[in-house]
Amino acid sequence: MLVAIITIALLALLAGLALSYASRSLPADSGELVEQVNQLLPQTQCAQCGYPGCRPYAQAIVDDGIAINLCPPGGDDTIRRLATLLGTDVLPLAEKQPLERAVAVIDESLCIGCMHCRNACPVDAIVGAHQLMHTVIQKECTGCELCVAPCPVDCISMRGLA
Amino acid sequence: MSAPTYDLGKLHGGLRLQAHKAESTAEPILQIPIPDQLILPITQHAGDPAQPIVGIGEHVLKGQLIAEVGGSLGAPVHASSSGTVVAIEPWPVSRRHGENAPCIVIECDGEDRPINAADAMPDWSTLLPGILLKKILKGGIVGLGGAVFPTAQKLMEAITCDPDYLILNGVECEPYISCDDMLMREYAHEVLGGARILLHALELDTCYIAVESDKPAALERLGEVLAALDDDRLVLKQVPTIYPSGGEDQLVQLVAGREVPSGGLPTDVGCLVQNVGTAAAIYHWVVRNEPLISRITTVTGDGVSRPVNVEARLGTTIADIIKYVGGYTEHAQQLIIGGPMTGKSVTSDRVPVVKATNCILVMSEAPTIGDEMPCIRCGDCAAVCPVQLLPQQLFWYACADDEAKMRSHGLIDCIECGCCDLVCPSHIPLTADFRTAKARIRELADEKARAERARRRFEARNMRIEKEQQERDDELASQKASARNAGADAIAEIMKRKQQQDEDQ
Repeated sequence: MLVAIITIALLALLAGLALSYASRSLPADSGELVEQVNQLLPQTQCAQCGYPGCRPYAQAIVDDGIAINLCPPGGDDTIRRLATLLGTDVLPLAEKQPLERAVAVIDESLCIGCMHCRNACPVDAIVGAHQLMHTVIQKECTGCELCVAPCPVDCISMRGLA
Repeated sequence: MSAPTYDLGKLHGGLRLQAHKAESTAEPILQIPIPDQLILPITQHAGDPAQPIVGIGEHVLKGQLIAEVGGSLGAPVHASSSGTVVAIEPWPVSRRHGENAPCIVIECDGEDRPINAADAMPDWSTLLPGILLKKILKGGIVGLGGAVFPTAQKLMEAITCDPDYLILNGVECEPYISCDDMLMREYAHEVLGGARILLHALELDTCYIAVESDKPAALERLGEVLAALDDDRLVLKQVPTIYPSGGEDQLVQLVAGREVPSGGLPTDVGCLVQNVGTAAAIYHWVVRNEPLISRITTVTGDGVSRPVNVEARLGTTIADIIKYVGGYTEHAQQLIIGGPMTGKSVTSDRVPVVKATNCILVMSEAPTIGDEMPCIRCGDCAAVCPVQLLPQQLFWYACADDEAKMRSHGLIDCIECGCCDLVCPSHIPLTADFRTAKARIRELADEKARAERARRRFEARNMRIEKEQQERDDELASQKASARNAGADAIAEIMKRKQQQDEDQ
């Protein structure tokens, strides 16, 4: 009886030590989870969550436990899917309203070819060269609005795709 | 001679419906005169819109190409009569999404002068199949059964699958519609001629011509022409009158006894299905060089005073046709393009007849079927579903917007025949719900593809920026290294030269 108790207690102690060692020194495999979270994000790369793109936000959700309700383009659908994946509560979208799908349009008669918008575009959807007119590849534009603010002549507007 | 044969496969479910075809088949086909104005939508087919190649004010001849294939899938559009192009503008049309579409408007001169018919190939049987296919591509011919898939592309895809049979679809199972029936009665020679051209182009040696048993006149006429042709590659098959036996996959099941796999095409089981109207259009184009510029349309329903089949030029408005056949009756309440089961109701009779218009149905107010009530899971819908789906279960998932479940229960295979609606004791508009759900699934798939592309572009851009930064750093490091190697004297020399330059300026 005593032998059995001691044996089991020792085994439990050993297993506990091994597990605590493993959890401390072996790195957690978060890469796959980040990939899964990234798959659920809308890939607009708009940075409205405060991170410079969808993947960085996914990384922050997984590694630092950042809230899952910071993505306006994804809206409630994305939050629900993220909550299901991560086993957390469904939260209402923080602050902003969900975005309507839109694309940026450059008024080409006003464009001065300053390259600011081209450099701001996270998905290379703006083409053009220095001091030459720029234009948006509509098919690739995610509607992130990151090009609107840098434009010095305010020639970029968002056009809804309802 | 080929007699009607009965060795048929079995169709799951289906319904026997009131045919309402006798009204419109009493008279021969009526020719509609050339209207004052032709409205030709640039999208009359599945695929990308055609690109107009005529300008405003340009004079065009009957049969002249006015819009060519734009994109990878499509069909050209030809002028239905001679006249002047007066506008290319949005016009009300009948289609699933949206009410207006760009159309080429031709003011007819009434002379109906045809373009030079130099390219006719009456001796098609001596030509190579490839040349025939190229010819068919230019004729603007699309599947006239309703799906308007460009015929040439369908044939080219079929060739790569090496099919066993060609099946001509003359079933026309939907109530009220009788345009194919009248076509087979009056143009049997052209239909079978088209079948022979197709057999030659595809290098096949069996063609089944499937006709529903409620069309004895058409069966008889086809039998006569078949006897005269004495071509034992053509076999007439009579299929039972059950809706929707004329659906492409259902017909393959009936005629060839083969089941088309989920998400697949008839060519996956070695069958190619073409509508009889398409076959006749191919004959007209290849032998007489007449592109697809007119079609036979059934004008029927209790809202028109004279139900009849008409042959109208594409682009003639519904209003023109109804006026010519004697106008509406006082019962006329709703206008449906297509049949009562799969047609689409339109709000204006300014819409033109297009390649897909097989029926113009004018009805009095539909009888009230009662209010929608909760599903009692009786299972009647599953018993009649010709694709063997479980509509009651799909309805459940459609309500819950459960995309994955709808997919796994085969919603994509729903042919939207409407049988489940008719038998539902709770009057649930199942087909309409499924149509919406299918659109939603497609939308989600599009969204996913878009997100995937954006993700790849974002990652490619990040990699590029990183690489550029790396290159800049390397360049700077190598400059520093070379400067260090050159020693203090060399640096002083360079500085002095630079100072000199600045002073000179």
